[in-house]
Amino acid sequence: MRHLLSTKQLSRDEALQILDVAEDMATVNEREVKKLPALRGKTVVNLFFEDSTRTRISFEAAAKRLSADVINFSAKGSSVSKGESLKDTAQTLAAMGADGVVIRHHASGAPQVLAESGWIDAPIVNAGDGTHEHPTQALLDAFTIRRRLFGDTSRGRNLKGVSVVIVGDILHSRVARSNLWLLETLGAHVSFVAPATLIPFGASTWPATISYDLDTTLRETQPDVVMMLRIQSERMNAAFFPNAREYARIWGLDDARLATLRPDTMVMHPGPMNRGLEISAGAADSARSTVLEQVANGVSIRMAVLYLLMSGQS
Amino acid sequence: MARTVLSQADIARALTRISHEILESNRGAGGLVILGVPTRGVFLARRIAEIIQRIEPDAPASLVGALDATMYRDDLARNVTRTPQPTQIPAGGVDGKTVVLVDDVLYSGRTIRAALDALSDIGRPKVVRLAVLVDRGHRELPIRADFVGKNLPTSTDERINVRLSEVDDVEEVSIEGPGETGSAEPDGGTR
Repeated sequence: MRHLLSTKQLSRDEALQILDVAEDMATVNEREVKKLPALRGKTVVNLFFEDSTRTRISFEAAAKRLSADVINFSAKGSSVSKGESLKDTAQTLAAMGADGVVIRHHASGAPQVLAESGWIDAPIVNAGDGTHEHPTQALLDAFTIRRRLFGDTSRGRNLKGVSVVIVGDILHSRVARSNLWLLETLGAHVSFVAPATLIPFGASTWPATISYDLDTTLRETQPDVVMMLRIQSERMNAAFFPNAREYARIWGLDDARLATLRPDTMVMHPGPMNRGLEISAGAADSARSTVLEQVANGVSIRMAVLYLLMSGQS
Repeated sequence: MARTVLSQADIARALTRISHEILESNRGAGGLVILGVPTRGVFLARRIAEIIQRIEPDAPASLVGALDATMYRDDLARNVTRTPQPTQIPAGGVDGKTVVLVDDVLYSGRTIRAALDALSDIGRPKVVRLAVLVDRGHRELPIRADFVGKNLPTSTDERINVRLSEVDDVEEVSIEGPGETGSAEPDGGTR
């Protein structure tokens, strides 16, 4: 594995390797000295062309805990706003000696361009590109599911037979796509639930069950995991649903729907949450919610990914 | 052909002697923590802990653990990426304890150097000792073992294979001359 661009290209063995190394990283994150010398002397560049708090901070914490130096680059206030191309930005970073690049970009495929162009000779980690993929989010979701299900015996286990319902803005969600490919590789079954306007064209060819009715799906599948997606108002450039109240009533996880779930069903959300829209405060703060575990596990997963890509012979 | 230098019975005797020596130098099993260095050091550590618990009935129940040093190695950038192994510290931690590190073969000393660094990030033991099944010489760092199963003078182009019943189909320590290719697997079994 040279780059991490998508979960679609990950084999089951590669995915399990990342999850198992993340188990080791998680024990480091529970220690008093939360630091490993594995990437000492290496430089990680966080190249963020799109706003992000938790992903950037998570990658920054992960790189620092591996003793790498971190350079944060955000497009706002940089030469990009003066019209610099991705190529020139990449070559500038290469000249500064970046050993690994974490990139978030509003254009789907930008990380792949960076990986294949030869502008920079460093491992590329996709931290979210357009509506394409967000592989580390899917990995941390799978890691969170595995830990909740198997606890200390998680190592080496896949997610065979686990049923996951993903609800909300599938159309714009790179998280949904990355989760679909990864969970499917690990043996889980994914159902998508959304208004018909928020299901992408071509989704019928995906290995997922597609439904427009949340209550029926929850009743019929009795899922192990319900993952609520954020309504991405910044990408809502058309009238996908009449109004927020109607969306919350039909597709939101409110307290009444929460009560119909099995007591051990996990409620996941990649954050940031729109409380009262796709998820009620009661659901977000319940014991079934894994939202904060997901954040903590994100650092372990990103440490595992950076370690596996950046240590070893270059 | 690889020459066997320690048989199953030799290994058992060496571990029994090492266990007694550990208890003698520590004056009992009080404050003792045995940490194996993956992969095969972990199995040796478990066997030593079992023997100690048999000799000293009042030895602590959680005595043994594993200490992975992969992330602390000085050759990470020179080799293909290594997958780390689990680190598992006994319930009482290592602070103020007598920690005995256990490995199968002591060679350059670099693994033990890495393990000492890993240990210092976990806590501050009172003393750290080192037990190895085989000391084959050729140290590259000022490190020595306190408890040795067998000293094996070797040349650097020979290979020492440690096979243990927990992971291999046979149990023995053998020595292989240059150019010979045994059934040696690429990971920790061969040095």
